[in-house]
Amino acid sequence: MKELLRTGDIFVWMTGAFLGISIIMISGMVLLIGVNGVDYFHPSSIRYFEYTGEDGDRAMALGQVYAREVIPQEIMALRGYSDINGRKPYRFMVRIGNRDLFGEDFRWIAEPDIIKDTLLANAVCFERTEYGAAYGIISSLQTNDSQVYDNEIDAWDAFRRSHPIVRSLVRQIHTIEKDEIGEVNYAIEQLRRELRKYEYEAGRGEMDPAVYGGHEARLLGEINRVERRFGEKQHRIDSLKSLLQGYTLTLRAFGASGEETMELPLASIVRGYKPNIMSVTEKVSFYGDKIWEFISDDPREANAEGGVFPAIFGTVLMVILMSLAAVPFGVLAALYLREYAKQGFFVRTVRIAVNNLAGVPSIVFGMFGLGFFVYFVGGGIDQIFYPERLPNPTYGTGGILWASLTLALLTVPVVIVATEEALASIPRGIREGSFALGATRWDTIRRVIIPTATPGIMTGAILAMARGAGEVAPLMITGVVKLATEMPFDANAPFFHLDRKFMHLGFHIYDVGFQTSNVEANIGMVYTTTLLLLLIILLLNMTAIVIRARLRRKYRLAGF
Amino acid sequence: MQSTATENPITMSYSMPGTQSAQNPDGSSKIVVENLDLWYGEAQALYDISLRLQPKRVSAFIGPSGCGKSTFLRTLNRMNDLIDNVRVTGKVLIDGQDIHDGSVDVVTLRRNIGMIFQKSNPFPKSVFENVAYGQRLLGNRNRGELNDIVERSLKQAALWEEVKDRLNDPALGLSGGQMQRLCIARALAVEPGILLMDEPSSALDPIATAKIEELIFELKQNYTIVIVTHNMQQAARVSDYTAFFYLGKLIEFDETRKIFTNPTKKQTEEYITGRFG
Repeated sequence: MKELLRTGDIFVWMTGAFLGISIIMISGMVLLIGVNGVDYFHPSSIRYFEYTGEDGDRAMALGQVYAREVIPQEIMALRGYSDINGRKPYRFMVRIGNRDLFGEDFRWIAEPDIIKDTLLANAVCFERTEYGAAYGIISSLQTNDSQVYDNEIDAWDAFRRSHPIVRSLVRQIHTIEKDEIGEVNYAIEQLRRELRKYEYEAGRGEMDPAVYGGHEARLLGEINRVERRFGEKQHRIDSLKSLLQGYTLTLRAFGASGEETMELPLASIVRGYKPNIMSVTEKVSFYGDKIWEFISDDPREANAEGGVFPAIFGTVLMVILMSLAAVPFGVLAALYLREYAKQGFFVRTVRIAVNNLAGVPSIVFGMFGLGFFVYFVGGGIDQIFYPERLPNPTYGTGGILWASLTLALLTVPVVIVATEEALASIPRGIREGSFALGATRWDTIRRVIIPTATPGIMTGAILAMARGAGEVAPLMITGVVKLATEMPFDANAPFFHLDRKFMHLGFHIYDVGFQTSNVEANIGMVYTTTLLLLLIILLLNMTAIVIRARLRRKYRLAGF
Repeated sequence: MQSTATENPITMSYSMPGTQSAQNPDGSSKIVVENLDLWYGEAQALYDISLRLQPKRVSAFIGPSGCGKSTFLRTLNRMNDLIDNVRVTGKVLIDGQDIHDGSVDVVTLRRNIGMIFQKSNPFPKSVFENVAYGQRLLGNRNRGELNDIVERSLKQAALWEEVKDRLNDPALGLSGGQMQRLCIARALAVEPGILLMDEPSSALDPIATAKIEELIFELKQNYTIVIVTHNMQQAARVSDYTAFFYLGKLIEFDETRKIFTNPTKKQTEEYITGRFG
């Protein structure tokens, strides 16, 4: 033992073991997220159960098995279950869907209670725009020309034919509602604000009443005209909607108490599929479809379904804005500390303070951001530039700009520390060589120091981005919302609306996973969103790392 | 296109012609140092140094480590300004102008005095950009002119043949001797009157050292060269004048031939014959 300690071999084992444990923990977590996240879109088969319900009657259920677990001992004892084939029995969490009918999404079914468990070839799952999924067997389909297909096979064929038409109509309506009417609303809003402004100025005696009268007449006319356009759009929507009338699907659903009939308007169906008879190619294409929907679409059903595009956009835009603020700020501060300031007590104190700042809990930064950026700066901007809109805040409320600046504040110490290290590692001879050629300090910094330190600065930026992209707490009080109707970037001039609230993947995970009534149903969504967030951070970092590698090749320094 | 120190337009711009003879009675000296003392904080590093260095000659500073010869060299282009807590008294006149005078712009001063360091210090840029650096500082953006200057400087530094096909490669990919000659080319590109060399070949192998020495011999036709060296054979080979420093004092300064064959001071003789140092 003494010998072992003396040679130090034991420490090699110890350090290695600790490294191993860390790697296992991290890769285990990533694997868990990866597997669950990837699995979410897989179309699992729809099983049909007949079982003995709690009241002793025969019950039915049709749905997808989400999870399974060994029945806990207490429940075994309570219900009098016994082992099956020498092992403990399972219970299945089945997603039965049809929330509008059954009032719940999931049902636990214990293995010993099951009388029948089969796959029905014609079982179908419909994803809907509301009330979650619907499971059942199609009994009939009615189209808008009142034609009825009441044979299951014909009805499914008719569904496959007419559903794309319906979807395209729905999308058209959606486009008009969102883009065109959004544009009209925006225009009316701008005109109203202008009017409000004149009103405000006239009210304070800053504007001649006659001039005000002229403006008022012009703006009211304008608003009137735009509102007529609004009416036209509304009319178009109504006519499109009338085309959708009549498309109805009737479904046989299987509830605890027996078979029931459901009527689904086709417009409410996002997609229908029969996983039990899908071929591998169909499954792959279904999977691809779902992923595309996930990353490119808006969320549905309180974020539990559909896509997360606004959250992706918000996250990426916020990280970019944050980097644009934090990196120049941090680099300049580090340049002063390292290149200009006289090294001494003061600089040492500042350096320690900066290092400590990196360890301050992020919620503290959030509160500071709320107090300083939102209330003080934003409130000040409103007072000066938008007094006519008060008490409605414009900048004096949370928004992507303030959230980004708050995060920039949070990450600026990381940039400062990394930049300082990069500057310190530049050999003194390089600086002297530049000075000896008659360069001023600024020449030297600009032409030699900054290019040479850029890879190190990039490292700081990468660390800052990684930290900023994963931060949620400060955002919650400076501008993140669970559902943003307007994006911070759109087709209305001036295109970037940095005062708007935004969605963020980190907050999305929190919201979907912990803030909804239907948490079990959302676990898959949470895993997938987490995986996506990790991938986005990875992507942002990889981009920065590639740029850094390029710069390193360009400014190669011996031993740097 | 070879320019000497006195023709150098940049030199002229800071040495005021009218006052030259009045401040510099010995018109032939390029550098005149009078009663120079230097302190690092409380510690005095140089004591009462006075000497005159001739134009277009090579002067070597020798002496044991820590004797102040490098510190003295660095006062000649005020590189010591970059170190906190350094204090200098006494006069350093270059072309008759006191370099510590308030009217002297240290940037202009350094531009007219090239400096080569012990450890070669090319910038992490291409060979071309290293040589063009001084010209770029002057605001020269004329590509053709820059090409000419880079080629001429590299030829003067006897490096052109070796790097002419790799001007855009990183300078840090060159060999040690090539990097040092690149630094010399970089200094020559701004046409200084004076070259200060701080042990330019101490980190090089004998062949690279021989090349640098040949180069010094070539360059002294146009430049006033001051070289600090540990290597007494080198001092004897390349220099016209030699100064011996010991413990921050200038012990003896004379023609190299005389220093090495018939030194006046006993300390000089002991050092040269290898009895200490």
